[in-house]
Amino acid sequence: MMHGRLERRAAMATLLTDRGDDLLVVPGLGSTTWDMAALGDNDRDFYLWGAMGGAAMIGLGLALAQPKRRVAVITGDGEMLMGLGSLATIGIQRPPNLAVIVFDNGVYGETGMQPSHTQSGADLVGVAKACGFPICLDVEDEAGLVDLAGRLKRLRETLFARVAIAASEPPRVLPLRDGAALKQRFRAAIGIKA
Amino acid sequence: MNAPAQTTDWPDRLFDTLKRADIRQVGYVPDAGHARLIDRCRADSQIRDVVLTTEEEGVALAAGAWLGGARAALLMQSSGVGNCINMLSLMRTCRFPMLMFITMRGEWEEFNPWQVPMGSIVEPVLKLCETQVYRAREPREVEGLATRAVQQAYGDERIVAVLLSQQLIGKKVWTR
Repeated sequence: MMHGRLERRAAMATLLTDRGDDLLVVPGLGSTTWDMAALGDNDRDFYLWGAMGGAAMIGLGLALAQPKRRVAVITGDGEMLMGLGSLATIGIQRPPNLAVIVFDNGVYGETGMQPSHTQSGADLVGVAKACGFPICLDVEDEAGLVDLAGRLKRLRETLFARVAIAASEPPRVLPLRDGAALKQRFRAAIGIKA
Repeated sequence: MNAPAQTTDWPDRLFDTLKRADIRQVGYVPDAGHARLIDRCRADSQIRDVVLTTEEEGVALAAGAWLGGARAALLMQSSGVGNCINMLSLMRTCRFPMLMFITMRGEWEEFNPWQVPMGSIVEPVLKLCETQVYRAREPREVEGLATRAVQQAYGDERIVAVLLSQQLIGKKVWTR
């Protein structure tokens, strides 16, 4: 069933081409954090090594605190499933500068590729729609991905996107894992005084 | 709730403390003990009130707020503490400030035994999570402890909780 799906590293690169200084990214723990790190270390990415289920809510707090910057949460299906309620919470707040993007490969990649709920029909786009996200996209091919990248550049409404990616395991690229240092440099990068 | 009249203004003192501390995001799971404070936050144009589906969302919210330079607080009932434990790892690992106000159940004149197991372990569990824990037993203690909690959370970047004893909240009325 995975045949023809997008390759995760290439998909991440397409999404974040010429990302702009005003884009802040919160990747979920595991593969999406490794994907972000593979693109090159960036002070404006808050890499997660834990806090499973929390990525979308970190994005919400950040988007509300920084209304003039764009915030993208880019996480996996397993991480999103653990924080499914946060889609209902975000659906009420609807900050126009927040995008929640789920790289859905249908498996828990970090733990041995066990099938996730999305492989058996759990519909994340349907959940986001039902929670009131104004824009909900199901991205299944390169054209859809390019469209999503464009929408991310001119983000004006809370966006949810599910990106169908292949269940692959590219080489791990590990970012800094000192959480306090990641926090400090992120805040410094956007001009917040210590 | 049938709190005695003289105890009813502590939520307003708590609200004043949050305002003085420039708290801009308040996450909460609706709770009768916090009802007055939640109403005040909802009515304030400078505070973003964020109703949560589970308390751990409020922990992650506070981390995101601080990444963006804003201060947050989390309101919950004692049962919510159990929902937060793993997410508090985020705050400990990254040294994020975390300010929590927790209304206690399962202690003074509790009618519902199902509230006791979590209520009875709130303090030790929070302490295991490296939380500085304060407890307000009298209405007059609330504002001072809340002010201290703000200083510690945001001055020292650590996790701080103020427990609001069930005597402050009053007994839940079980008849309608």
